[in-house]
Amino acid sequence: MSAISRRNFLKIGAVGAGGIGISALGFDLAQAYQVKQNLRIAGARESHSVCPYCAVGCSLVAYTNDSGQLLQIEGDPDSPVNEGRLCPKGATAMQLAVAANRVKSVMYRPPKATAWQEITWDKALDMLARRVKDARDATFVTTDASGSIVNRCEGIAFAGGAAFSSEEGYFATKVMRGLGLVHLEQQARV
Amino acid sequence: MTNHWRDLKNSDLILINGANPAEAHPVGFQWFMRAKLDRGAKLVHADPRFTRTSAVSDLYLRIRTGTDVAYYGGLINYVLQNNLHQQDYVTNYTNAAWIVKDGFTFKDGLFSGYDAAKRSYDTSTWNYETDPDTGYAHTDYSLQHPRSVFQLMKQHYSRYTPEVVENVTGIPKDQFLKVAKMVGEMGRPDKVMSVVYAVGLTHHTTGSQLIRSGAVLQLVLGNMGMPGGGMNAERGHANIQGNTDHAISWDILPGYLRIPAPGQKNLDDYVAQSAAKKTHPNSWNFFGINYRKFMVSLLKTWYGDAATKDNEFAFHHVPKPAGNASWITIFDQALKGKMQGVLLSGMTATSIGPDSNQVLKGLSNLKWLVVMDALPTTSSEFWRAPGMDPSGIDTEVFLLPTTHWIEKDGSFVNSGRWMQWKDQVMKPEGNSRHDHWIMADLFDRVKKLYRAEGGKFPDPLYALTLNYADPLKPELDEIAQEINGRDLTTGKRMATFANLKDDGTTTAGDWIYTGSYPDPSAPAAQGRASANLAKRRDGIRDPQRNDPTGLGLYSNWAWSWPLNRRILYNRASADPTGKPWDPTRPGIQWNGTLWVGDVPDYPPNMNPADPAAWLPFIMNGEGTGRIFSSSMVDGPLPEHYEPVESPIPNPLHPANSASPVAFLYDQAAGRPNRFGTVKDFPHIATSYRLTEHEHYVTQHVPLLVGLQPEAFVEIPFELGQQLKINSGDRVRVTSQRGKMEVLALVTKRLGPITVGGKKVYQVGIPIHWGFVGIKTGQHWLANALTPFVGDANARTPEFKAFLVNVEKM
Repeated sequence: MSAISRRNFLKIGAVGAGGIGISALGFDLAQAYQVKQNLRIAGARESHSVCPYCAVGCSLVAYTNDSGQLLQIEGDPDSPVNEGRLCPKGATAMQLAVAANRVKSVMYRPPKATAWQEITWDKALDMLARRVKDARDATFVTTDASGSIVNRCEGIAFAGGAAFSSEEGYFATKVMRGLGLVHLEQQARV
Repeated sequence: MTNHWRDLKNSDLILINGANPAEAHPVGFQWFMRAKLDRGAKLVHADPRFTRTSAVSDLYLRIRTGTDVAYYGGLINYVLQNNLHQQDYVTNYTNAAWIVKDGFTFKDGLFSGYDAAKRSYDTSTWNYETDPDTGYAHTDYSLQHPRSVFQLMKQHYSRYTPEVVENVTGIPKDQFLKVAKMVGEMGRPDKVMSVVYAVGLTHHTTGSQLIRSGAVLQLVLGNMGMPGGGMNAERGHANIQGNTDHAISWDILPGYLRIPAPGQKNLDDYVAQSAAKKTHPNSWNFFGINYRKFMVSLLKTWYGDAATKDNEFAFHHVPKPAGNASWITIFDQALKGKMQGVLLSGMTATSIGPDSNQVLKGLSNLKWLVVMDALPTTSSEFWRAPGMDPSGIDTEVFLLPTTHWIEKDGSFVNSGRWMQWKDQVMKPEGNSRHDHWIMADLFDRVKKLYRAEGGKFPDPLYALTLNYADPLKPELDEIAQEINGRDLTTGKRMATFANLKDDGTTTAGDWIYTGSYPDPSAPAAQGRASANLAKRRDGIRDPQRNDPTGLGLYSNWAWSWPLNRRILYNRASADPTGKPWDPTRPGIQWNGTLWVGDVPDYPPNMNPADPAAWLPFIMNGEGTGRIFSSSMVDGPLPEHYEPVESPIPNPLHPANSASPVAFLYDQAAGRPNRFGTVKDFPHIATSYRLTEHEHYVTQHVPLLVGLQPEAFVEIPFELGQQLKINSGDRVRVTSQRGKMEVLALVTKRLGPITVGGKKVYQVGIPIHWGFVGIKTGQHWLANALTPFVGDANARTPEFKAFLVNVEKM
């Protein structure tokens, strides 16, 4: 948490900018907006995030209440990258965070089936471990035709997301190479 | 980016190709506008479509998609013919003086060493002429030797006259010459140009060379390493940069170390075949000489006690691919029945394509598919995609609910290489789990199966280090420390990769991030509460303290790889004596004892007056920027080739029209041809993106779906008139591979161009819609149209140039 709060900072900025915000109606919309925002985030916990969309890397300030509910996401006015600005995607990032379509359970679709079945995490991970091991054993090459040691699994591919945290991405690389995978890909190429 | 977003404000001229930053990176675009408004910089936008970027540019050029080599090549030619290049920079800081071996040729569109049967080059004919004793290249600093890189470049681009540029790109000669004049001024030491691009350059069979041609132009003008200069890729997703650095990519290991290749018996072989070799006595070749240290430190990180001097630090635990194993190859292997399972973690194959219908066949050929995502995707639902019959699809599909970015901490690395830490703002929703916890758990279960049953070479699984408080639930902070690395003798985290060793006494999960999380006692940690420097937030509220030079470095905001350096190659921003080329925009400068300014890309105390001082580009064997390079598979100098599907034969060399080395998957596999010709598909198509959507995930965001609710195709006004199509009409767009039946948007943003003596139209296809999201029923996939072929070097699909037909429905 910073010494100067985001709201004080905004106030300083508003003073510095002089009469910005005085509308044709004769009153200051920025002030009215500020009062509304202050009410909305009053007493909220402030934390820092980064926009999940493009790679400008706009800094976000997120507000949550005591029960952990997300109240608001804004551009971080202190960031040298975006100086508080956001595009339509960044400005609606909250709707992604609380999207109604979230996958709620682990789902499994058997061969030829026309619908999902709900299964437990434990069952899904056991089934997957079995499949990964079988595919690895079936397609693992220790020595290639020319006698070179290659120790690779040819029959499994992994593609990792561009919204992974870096550390998560590194861990994915480590684990997948640990399994012997050679087909490894992410969003950079596509 | 060699530079970073805020640095664009320091530019005098910004060339924007294959990008639309005003719409695709709108907040980053403020720095382009600051350059324009505050320092009178000019913007030039070359794009098939007149966009909001064009609207605020000083010049808009309607260019044919995929012809940017001809455009940049024409500019290189103009600069050289008029002697406008930065002579001192070109002579001292590029490989212009290097002599290429006798026998190198370029004729009828083919470089020497071509093997038509293999569709590949023997690149050894592109090597330098070297001294047999030292291995150093012969040089001629007068640049007059006919086989000097300078003369070869000059000759190569002499063909790219303004008339040829017009005939290839469609840019009228008078407009091209206006840009050429502006660009020519940028060869002055006190003028700086930036080249900005995005996937409009990468998504071509010539993508790597499209970018290289821009880089060659920047070297000729002396703009690499300069504040306000550089080659700046705008990346499209939040953390593509970080995940590329950490090597979720078939061909590399973390920190751009090459994946080992079959035949390499030990680390000596690996380093000999992977690391650059010094070709000049003053070349430091920093990466090359430290390659082994970085690799051993990685192996030690991953395999711990199982990595010893005696077993080459477990070198053979790292898999060695037989050949290309990139995105398109995965689905090619699936089509061949050689791929059993695919795990998609935050990616959707179906929408991405290319050639989505063929990808759907590939997915149907798998035994199992795992989709790890917070939201359903066109891949999790592929088996019930429109036109698919689930009863005929044997693929088992698992959909595992994962957490959103905001439900976990960790860093995102932006296009400018700034590693910014984010907090965990919310708890994971309901039943969802972090992707890396799922992987840790799955790995653990697989390992247990091996322990119970045995199986193929389980040693790497057993050896892989999982030194976390809870190996099933690693904290991202723990992983960040692992990436940074440790001195195993002292137990302290490393402060710089310069101290990594090849004797197994140091670790680094990714050497380019070493120093991001130093030991708290290190000076770099600045006595901060957290030594995780990505958390730093000394921002714009105090510019005098946090940006003392006013150049926008903000060196204590987050952390930038490598070593918090904000501008790569910054030694080249100063002349050979250490004075900035432009004193108003110093990158670094020699103060008599030290290099000061940005974190120097150079030894901090190396006196430039020392005859043994290193050359400025420390990462390659030359020590200089490579105008000519033998490391590309498709030519040492960028050459214009047509897209695989093109309306005209290549005006430069019709007999070798498209890339002679791009890999043709269907042909190689014996599958039917899926490329169309101009006879059936007369129009050029290029795909693009809208401000309101991000790939496909935003189909779940109500406000964004409201703003851009429906798929459409953008059609040039004149073509609309010809085909009697008005905005709002439903049209059918077909390629050899698939179709879309969507609304037409007829605009003057697109227009006819004349190339190869022929009038052609380009149509624009936004990519964002599918059969999954809030507004279902819009099931047309833009990538059903795109070709199953990629860049000769990187295999990046040719999403941005293909042929279609358009008809009114």
